[in-house]
Amino acid sequence: MSGGRAGTAVLPRPASVPVTAVAAWRRRLTSGAAAPYWQVAPLALVFAFFFVLPLAVTVVVSGWRYNEYSMTPAVVGDNYAAVFSGCLSELPGLCLTFKTYLSTLKFCALAWLLTLVLGFTVAYFLAFHVRSVTVQMALFLVCTIPFWTSNVIRMISWVPLLGRNGLVNSVLLATGAVPQPVTWLLFSDFSVVLAFVHLYTMFMIVPIFNSMSRIDHALLEAARDAGASGWQALWNVVVPLSRPGIVIGSIFVVTVVMGDYVTIGVMGGQQIASIGKVIQVQLSYLQFPLAAANAVVLLVAVLMVIAAMTRLVDVRKEL
Amino acid sequence: MRDGRPPGFYALAAVFGLFVLFLYGPMVTIIVLSFQGPTGGLTFPLHGVSTHWFVRLWDGLGVVDIWAAFGRSLRLGVVVMGLTVVISLLAGYAFRRGFRGAGVVFYTAVASLIVPSIIVSLGIGVQFRLLDAAIQWTAERLGLAGLTETFTTSAGTFTSGLGAHLTWTLPFGLLIMFAVFNRFDPSYEEAARDLGATPWQTFRHVVLPLIAPSLVGIGLFGFTLSWDEAARSSQALGSDQNTLPLELTGLTTTVTNPEIYALGTVTTTVSLAVIGASLLLVRTLRRRQARGR
Repeated sequence: MSGGRAGTAVLPRPASVPVTAVAAWRRRLTSGAAAPYWQVAPLALVFAFFFVLPLAVTVVVSGWRYNEYSMTPAVVGDNYAAVFSGCLSELPGLCLTFKTYLSTLKFCALAWLLTLVLGFTVAYFLAFHVRSVTVQMALFLVCTIPFWTSNVIRMISWVPLLGRNGLVNSVLLATGAVPQPVTWLLFSDFSVVLAFVHLYTMFMIVPIFNSMSRIDHALLEAARDAGASGWQALWNVVVPLSRPGIVIGSIFVVTVVMGDYVTIGVMGGQQIASIGKVIQVQLSYLQFPLAAANAVVLLVAVLMVIAAMTRLVDVRKEL
Repeated sequence: MRDGRPPGFYALAAVFGLFVLFLYGPMVTIIVLSFQGPTGGLTFPLHGVSTHWFVRLWDGLGVVDIWAAFGRSLRLGVVVMGLTVVISLLAGYAFRRGFRGAGVVFYTAVASLIVPSIIVSLGIGVQFRLLDAAIQWTAERLGLAGLTETFTTSAGTFTSGLGAHLTWTLPFGLLIMFAVFNRFDPSYEEAARDLGATPWQTFRHVVLPLIAPSLVGIGLFGFTLSWDEAARSSQALGSDQNTLPLELTGLTTTVTNPEIYALGTVTTTVSLAVIGASLLLVRTLRRRQARGR
């Protein structure tokens, strides 16, 4: 583009003024072939040293021997055997590890279903029913702001509402709906799922809204003109076109719940098991190789879930 | 259908309204309860209104040094914010030009977002333990008596802790940069180049003003995600180096009075102040941009 008009606008650099070495070097640095490599280097180094290497260390250490005082390099399957101890002999009953995974999977399924339905509904409302872009952005921001505040605070903020003497129980007692305070509201499976929905519906809204905002509204009118009912248009037009957002949101929610121990800990009153919790407890007893083995098993489980989900969508095209 | 709203509008608006109530209701509750009177407890009713629990909080909470953790979290958040903006911006440029291995780096970043935090935290924790052992061993071999006696650990807020936070904030920063550059019109840069601007001038006077609001957004993510991070820091900090969210998680099981709500109110206020400042800054930048055209 610049070459054609050079004769009129861009003066050729006079030959008598030498391009200084610094300027040439700076030019090469900002636009030379090597530029992308040093530009991405800080990011790549952070991930190499604080993500890839730690994962590799975890895998290696999971094969080590250990006692109360030290770890010894080795390549043994003892820790994995410990993770799965009794899993074969107790069949058809479930060993502790399988029970924990089953419980975690239950939370995943519930959190996924609820955040998906709620997130989809909210995104649909924002994308198709709010006409002014300014209002749309304002409402979107209203949904996003809690994401930037503390998760732990958002969890404990349920205590005054759901506790034995909480607001919900006071209302239920006052109206005579129940004879005595309901105890399953807090520190229970219920409160854990509630907290997941509270914390992570945002992970569904953003990608689904992003997919929906690209849908041409004329498509919906065409569907309507062709005789589709509102539900048919929703199911056959909006849902398929929102699929990338749904898949991305689902990956986020499912993986975050699979590895969770803070939410299950705080909202479950430290009484409910999860894989993350098992790992954390083993770490607190300095059983690093055993915790590492558990982490590797969890990682494999998470990767299998992601592999299954990414088959459905190319993440990079969606941004 | 009075004003031509599509069917289902009012039902959906009601769902949205309830969702917002669900999001903010509990948060408002603990802010209200943090002003509980001195004789009040963790639940309603309010026994008068006072700043009693804030005063108690100000004096520290006895066992843990809460204000040390507060300061640590604040400093770490600011550093993470700065690094996240700079590193993400540079990486955004690199991805735009393209380079060999771009796919690997991109999927590593996405993986860092998705791999459970407890695993990353464990990995960093063990890695720094091994690093400490290696440093001790080397120091002994080299006969550095001073080092072997005083050295305890290389893990800390601004080594392992900083790294752990960056693995959490950088993926968000990178994804935002992708979104920014996917929508960026390269003809602005071409025009600048045609007028004889150097690459640096093009960046400084054309690209930077256009993407500044997004960079503020990245900074917002960087600070708030770090300020509230618990799971990834849990194993990756040195001893007695806990950040505020970690202390807070610990306090949920021990504190049985509104002090914890007061602390919640204080941390939420910091978050909201940062969010508010960021949004104002974005608006100012947008305004200035609009005026410049």
